[in-house]
Amino acid sequence: MTKSIARQAKAGRATSELFENVTDPFDGTLNDDLVVERTEKELKVVKNGSARSVAGFERKLPESSPYVAGKDVSLDKAIAEAAKLIGKAALPLYGGLATDVEGMRAALALAERTGGIVDHAFSEAQYRNFKVLQTTGWITSTLTETRNRADLIIIAGSDVFKLHPRFYETIVSPPDSMFEVTAPKRTLVFIGKGLDRGVVKGSRIGDVITLACKPEQAGEVAGVLRARLRGFRLKPVKIDGITLAEIDVLADKCKQAKYGVVVWAPPSLDFSFAELAVAQFAGLAKDLNQTTRFAGLSLGGGEGAVTAAAVCTWISGYPLRVSYATGAPDYDPYRWSIDRMLKEGEGDLLVWIASISPDVAPPGTKAPSIVLGTPGLKLAKPPQVFIPVGTPGVDHAGRMIRVDNVVSLPLKDLGRAELPPAADVLAAIEAAL
Amino acid sequence: MLIKLSGGKVYDPANKVSGEVRDIYVEDGKIVAAKPNAKPDATYDLKGRIVMAGAIDPHTHIGGGKMTIARALLPEDHRGDPVTRTELTRAGSGRSVPSTHVTGYRYAEMGYTACFEPAMLPANARQAHMEMGDTPMVDKGAFAMLGSDDYFLRQLAAKADFEAIKDYVAWILHASQAIAIKVVNPGGISAFKFNQRKLDLDEEHVYYKVTPRQIILTLARAVQELGVTHPLHIHGCNLGVPGNIDTTLDTVRAAEGLRIHMTHTQFMSYGTEGDKKFSSGAARLAELVNKTPNVSIDVGQVLFGQTCTASGDSMRQYAIAKSAHPKKPVIMDIECDAGCGVVPMRYRDKSFVNAMQWVIGLETFLLFDDSWRIFLTTDHPNGAPFFFYPHLIRLLMDKSFRDDMLQKINPDAQAQSSLLKSLTREYTLDEIAILTRAGPAKSLGLQNLGHLGAGARADIAVYRDDSDREAMFSTPEYVFKNGEVVVKNGKVVKVVQGATHVVRPDYDKSIEKPLKGYFDRYLTVRMENFKLGDDEIVRGDKGSIVVQPIGSRAT
Repeated sequence: MTKSIARQAKAGRATSELFENVTDPFDGTLNDDLVVERTEKELKVVKNGSARSVAGFERKLPESSPYVAGKDVSLDKAIAEAAKLIGKAALPLYGGLATDVEGMRAALALAERTGGIVDHAFSEAQYRNFKVLQTTGWITSTLTETRNRADLIIIAGSDVFKLHPRFYETIVSPPDSMFEVTAPKRTLVFIGKGLDRGVVKGSRIGDVITLACKPEQAGEVAGVLRARLRGFRLKPVKIDGITLAEIDVLADKCKQAKYGVVVWAPPSLDFSFAELAVAQFAGLAKDLNQTTRFAGLSLGGGEGAVTAAAVCTWISGYPLRVSYATGAPDYDPYRWSIDRMLKEGEGDLLVWIASISPDVAPPGTKAPSIVLGTPGLKLAKPPQVFIPVGTPGVDHAGRMIRVDNVVSLPLKDLGRAELPPAADVLAAIEAAL
Repeated sequence: MLIKLSGGKVYDPANKVSGEVRDIYVEDGKIVAAKPNAKPDATYDLKGRIVMAGAIDPHTHIGGGKMTIARALLPEDHRGDPVTRTELTRAGSGRSVPSTHVTGYRYAEMGYTACFEPAMLPANARQAHMEMGDTPMVDKGAFAMLGSDDYFLRQLAAKADFEAIKDYVAWILHASQAIAIKVVNPGGISAFKFNQRKLDLDEEHVYYKVTPRQIILTLARAVQELGVTHPLHIHGCNLGVPGNIDTTLDTVRAAEGLRIHMTHTQFMSYGTEGDKKFSSGAARLAELVNKTPNVSIDVGQVLFGQTCTASGDSMRQYAIAKSAHPKKPVIMDIECDAGCGVVPMRYRDKSFVNAMQWVIGLETFLLFDDSWRIFLTTDHPNGAPFFFYPHLIRLLMDKSFRDDMLQKINPDAQAQSSLLKSLTREYTLDEIAILTRAGPAKSLGLQNLGHLGAGARADIAVYRDDSDREAMFSTPEYVFKNGEVVVKNGKVVKVVQGATHVVRPDYDKSIEKPLKGYFDRYLTVRMENFKLGDDEIVRGDKGSIVVQPIGSRAT
């Protein structure tokens, strides 16, 4: 078994190889223009990198072996032990799910077979969106569309630079855009003070306006903005120092925009009932389309979150938080949150998949756990079974779905380490049940 | 392994076989010439059974981002129809936008063996194929959408060399692994991004200054001259707008003899007569198309109940968003490539407009002379989910059933249905076999599919003869795929993975130079990554690719 799924050492491979058009799996926007060189010892991002992608591609992998109960074992043994634990579990929880399309397909097949629950490590953030989508719908744009068409970009309460260090360079201020009717200088508006903006300059950025509220008040500001756009008179509002006059200036700019885009990143909106803020951002775009064009653009989606939700949706009918305990998918975004279940002692086995960055550690649990992780995954305590797996787009080829939910990209095998894809390990576990 | 299907009544219009009792022999997945002296390894006694080729749906939205948006949007659609895992089949969800595996199973369980996704955005091709890769049982293929993509519109506006435009169309077919080209609201999806809310056939796109007529003519000619078998698949201007029958007739005339396919014409055949200024244009469409042999259609029949509309036509979907039920439309502008609109819809028999839509679709079927140029579709899930097909077949084959149903619809719509009431036509099994098998296979250029002659792939559906045609077509006794029994008594008994059908017309590879320049300058995806490799379908999705033969390139 080990032989059949572990990658064979690449005898005679070139000592150094240059890869072009490399997709970056460490950023939900899946930039695919990176140039990465593999030398004998390491990967080096040669072109179009960012702090985030460099940290991802150039991370030194520690030596790693499969282990069971703290003891190094062969891959075969680890898979057999994992299958044994899963076979015994009454309600296994398949969490993390930081993987590619193939990994997600395999995780769903296994969850279905074993009556488990599926949920992604960052579902809580995605659900700030899904709750709005499933209640009111929305009008959205995509990265290429925004890059070429936007003349007004509103960053709503979100640390976009931190999540996507190249967003301002490639989307907000690209050297070129397609339509001469689009204003050469874009107006950039930040709702929220102290947002991580990186370096907000570029030949395409014109006015930069900041509405200095707390980031978690951005939804409230958008609400007042919508009220003013609808012509409501309001008592003087004060949202952390923002005046109605400032909001009215923005209202005018929104009305005059030919193609406005309101950008938010659910992982940034980390406060209670953040879906209400998302509802205001989406509502703003919806309202403005009565007279002009305006769209939402939701970012984030790192660690395969968008991929996991999409694959789960087409295979089960629902975007994660699905239980297969009865054999058919049962959907409950509250009840089948793995985070909540672990906190409340539900489920009797955690199967955690974290194949991309080392930061997606499993939450604490008294239940035994099986971890399929990238070597160096920051584990608070050793799981019962650990199986090192490859990172899609680095150690093996794969495919992922981009944050705007339309584009999916191929991921290359850059030949960093001899580690099996999570998909293969999951399939082997299923076969061993 | 030789299999004999013995004594069934065979309806195989492609080979001019009409209800004759004959034996069919299958060897190595193919139908072979009669071998009366050979001893078959297995014999199926099909006395009294109706035998047809496996059915082919030439226009069904089964894969791609907008379907997954629709799935995520509508948990309530799935909740009432959970599908449990079995030893054989995967779990999932049913109803109007089913999960991928359930889509495959349920199509097969109605006797379908091939399905074609008609609106694949090239920017979304990878995901569309991945979803189709998770749709077992049926062969599949997809039509690439062009006509609102900025590369094409820029070429057209700049009056680029027509051969270069043809090269681009061919490149798109290769890059997105498609079998045909579709245009949706020609130029209108792009115009909507410039805040244009309407685009008629001869109206100029506000930015590119080109008209839908020019776009249609250019693409129709390109497709034809590339030798692609299926003509340009047209979702025209003004979908759903009362009075759009005039636009539709003008579009048919605009083709100037070029071969075109007008899709879901029910949504494009609305007049403005009557008290409510909404009437059927089906008779006018049928009259024109009956005498226009270069044009084929599919209907996009509306049937009553909850469904979800999903279209690339963001302009028109935005316009109908106020009719959404439940009220949660999704509209998207996509990648300087296209757009989409997902609008949940409940068609009610007591609604005048919905009832008229039902009437218009049926009139279209019944007034159309040439069964080889009309295909049976509901434009799944736009007019109704695909599992309504047996019901639709009964409506076409059974006048008294149709009249009973007509009694139930909105009284004002009934009052405007004297034409439908007067149509006594009942479709024959031959005609159903043409509409659902032979016709689509011929139109799409599917070699060896849609018929039962020697050399055909052994995709075969066997039905019990039942005067209730809905019951009959709901539950085939056997479905064979590649010569294997995959469905028995309407239930999947073996799971198989179908092939993906594509066409690959010749083109000048140097087109990639300007294309790469365009991608690098404006897009957020590299040209190299935009292209979908064979390996992704074959290895990644455990599928296979069938390259269908086409005509040679003409100038």
